[in-house]
Amino acid sequence: MPRTIIEKLWDSHVVYERPGAPTLLHIDLHLVHEVTSPQAFQGLRERGLRVRRPGLTLATADHSIPTTDRSLPIVDEIAATQLAQLEANCAEFGIRCLGVHSDLQGVVHIVGPELGLTQPGMTVVCGDSHTATHGAFGALAFGIGTSEVEQVLASQCLLQRQSKTFEVRVGGALKPGVAAKDIVLALIARIGVGGGTGSVFEFTGGAIRALSMEERMTVCNMSIEGGARAGLVAPDDTTLQYLSGRPHAPKGAAWDSAVARWKRLPTDEGATYDRGVTLDASALEPMITYGTNPGMGLPVGAPLPDPARISDPLERESVTKALKYMGLEGGKPLLGHAIDVVFIGSCTNGRISDLRAAAGVLRGRKVSSKVRVLVVPGSQRVKRQAIAEGLPEIFRAAGCEWREPGCSMCIAMNGDQLQPGEYSVSTSNRNFEGRQGKGGRTFLASPLTAAASAIAGVVTDVRTLL
Amino acid sequence: MKPFTNFQSRVVPLPLNNIDTDQIIPARFLKTTSKRGLDAQLFCDWRYDAQGSPNPDFVLNQPVSRGAQVLLAGDNFGCGSSREHAPWALTQFGFRAVISTSFADIFRQNSLKNSLLPIAIPPDAHAGLLAAVVADPGVEVAIDLPNQTLTLPGGRKVAFPVDEFSKHCLVNGVDELGYILQQEPAIAAFEAAHPAAIDTLG
Repeated sequence: MPRTIIEKLWDSHVVYERPGAPTLLHIDLHLVHEVTSPQAFQGLRERGLRVRRPGLTLATADHSIPTTDRSLPIVDEIAATQLAQLEANCAEFGIRCLGVHSDLQGVVHIVGPELGLTQPGMTVVCGDSHTATHGAFGALAFGIGTSEVEQVLASQCLLQRQSKTFEVRVGGALKPGVAAKDIVLALIARIGVGGGTGSVFEFTGGAIRALSMEERMTVCNMSIEGGARAGLVAPDDTTLQYLSGRPHAPKGAAWDSAVARWKRLPTDEGATYDRGVTLDASALEPMITYGTNPGMGLPVGAPLPDPARISDPLERESVTKALKYMGLEGGKPLLGHAIDVVFIGSCTNGRISDLRAAAGVLRGRKVSSKVRVLVVPGSQRVKRQAIAEGLPEIFRAAGCEWREPGCSMCIAMNGDQLQPGEYSVSTSNRNFEGRQGKGGRTFLASPLTAAASAIAGVVTDVRTLL
Repeated sequence: MKPFTNFQSRVVPLPLNNIDTDQIIPARFLKTTSKRGLDAQLFCDWRYDAQGSPNPDFVLNQPVSRGAQVLLAGDNFGCGSSREHAPWALTQFGFRAVISTSFADIFRQNSLKNSLLPIAIPPDAHAGLLAAVVADPGVEVAIDLPNQTLTLPGGRKVAFPVDEFSKHCLVNGVDELGYILQQEPAIAAFEAAHPAAIDTLG
């Protein structure tokens, strides 16, 4: 029977099945960070267990790490304790840790792919909901809780129930000024934040094939914002070109046999999906969110929804509450709305191509004197590449802050945060109330839109600057 | 894990759709390395004002919440991050069940591992329960996990789904990791047949 790539990935990782119980699934790569792991390591200690497969496990420090000079001590004592705990736990259990002072440290979902650890055909988990990022390689990658982190550390397996398959077909071609981020923001605006619950997305179609690996990661990254625990893209030549020569990618004969296996992964002709949705990339415009969940998004020039015209009472209340929190008025456009901060970075848009895109807009221009702009590379490798290309000079000349790698203002755990009432245009993935700091108000957008808005000091359509 | 027993309780209404884990427990509290002491941080930014005083308009600060063990929330409860701190904070406050029309996948899994029962019921039953609770905050529901029924204030019984395995684990207080480790022969056989593609230590 023809199968989707989602079903092939599942079938090839089944360790044990028994009627009435979830399937025991093998995990090929387990990524660990400081926030969701300490209680899992403590659990191992209390049970007297070891880490079963340290060679399939990698830790890095990203969520609570400051993005200031790493040679200085960490001021936040609680964060410092958590970061030290990660390194101590990894040392105790024999796990490689890219800690605070590692030259490979970075956001967990940026580090795995750039080291060539994330490969087609794998199952990848991490105690982080944006693990779907790794799906860009044709891997089944999803976020897990801390109890599950402990289970994977102890057994390299997880109990799982098979998800529904959901095809997201994106045809056409993106127009100038429209980015991968806009594809996924448009998808979530269409299906809602719960639209993919219980499903795994497979992104297909010409517009997805035309994306680079880094752009595919941006799209897969936000699958969870549409409710899907995982989202993936079948591997192709773009995938192979990205992987070839990476530190942990197979070499020589091992590469050839891996490629032969990976070529059998794509969805078979005639396979069917449980659900599907189609988008036309040619019709997409730069997107921006206006509300307090990532589904509240619209084209940057469109007027905000008017609650008075929404018939469903819970939906009306939800939009009314969101507009109130955001200090916005229904029916008015967001274009031209003043902002205080721009954040360029995160596991969604903190890769080198994102920094190049932002730098392309900022080159030779100045950001508004009213706006603080943070540029946070996703990893030490991204940072070094950016330096080699002269990007920090462009950012600094434009008036941006060039900072050290980490999750930074995406989750605002490390001191990088909005003040109450402040507005940001952010390239991150969540605009929940207080996500970027208590009382802060977030507009999610692409690096292009973020850079354009930084220059004008207001929400801007980047196409006016191209 | 403590066995999940049947119980009866008043209901705390929080009828908003898409309540995300950043509201259940804001990220700034995730710097802890412990599972404990999270009850004070539950719904912190809705529960307290800028000065840290309890917000009297928020339901957790109202008499109905005192001793209540059931939260009634809107659709897609627990969306957002994978933080298990969300069910930890809810159970430490005293909740043993959350009723909604649907739950986000990761939150649902995390809850089941922490003796917090996610009860998804149809929209009409949900609307009826909400109306009953709003009309009289003193009304109670009864939760029967072995029979998978929720008894509404008027006596109507509503069935809710739970998979057999999770039910068995909850009712008997079975820890999943113990079950997984019992499958050692199958795990070892899989590993022998599937050489590792990577070595992070190498």
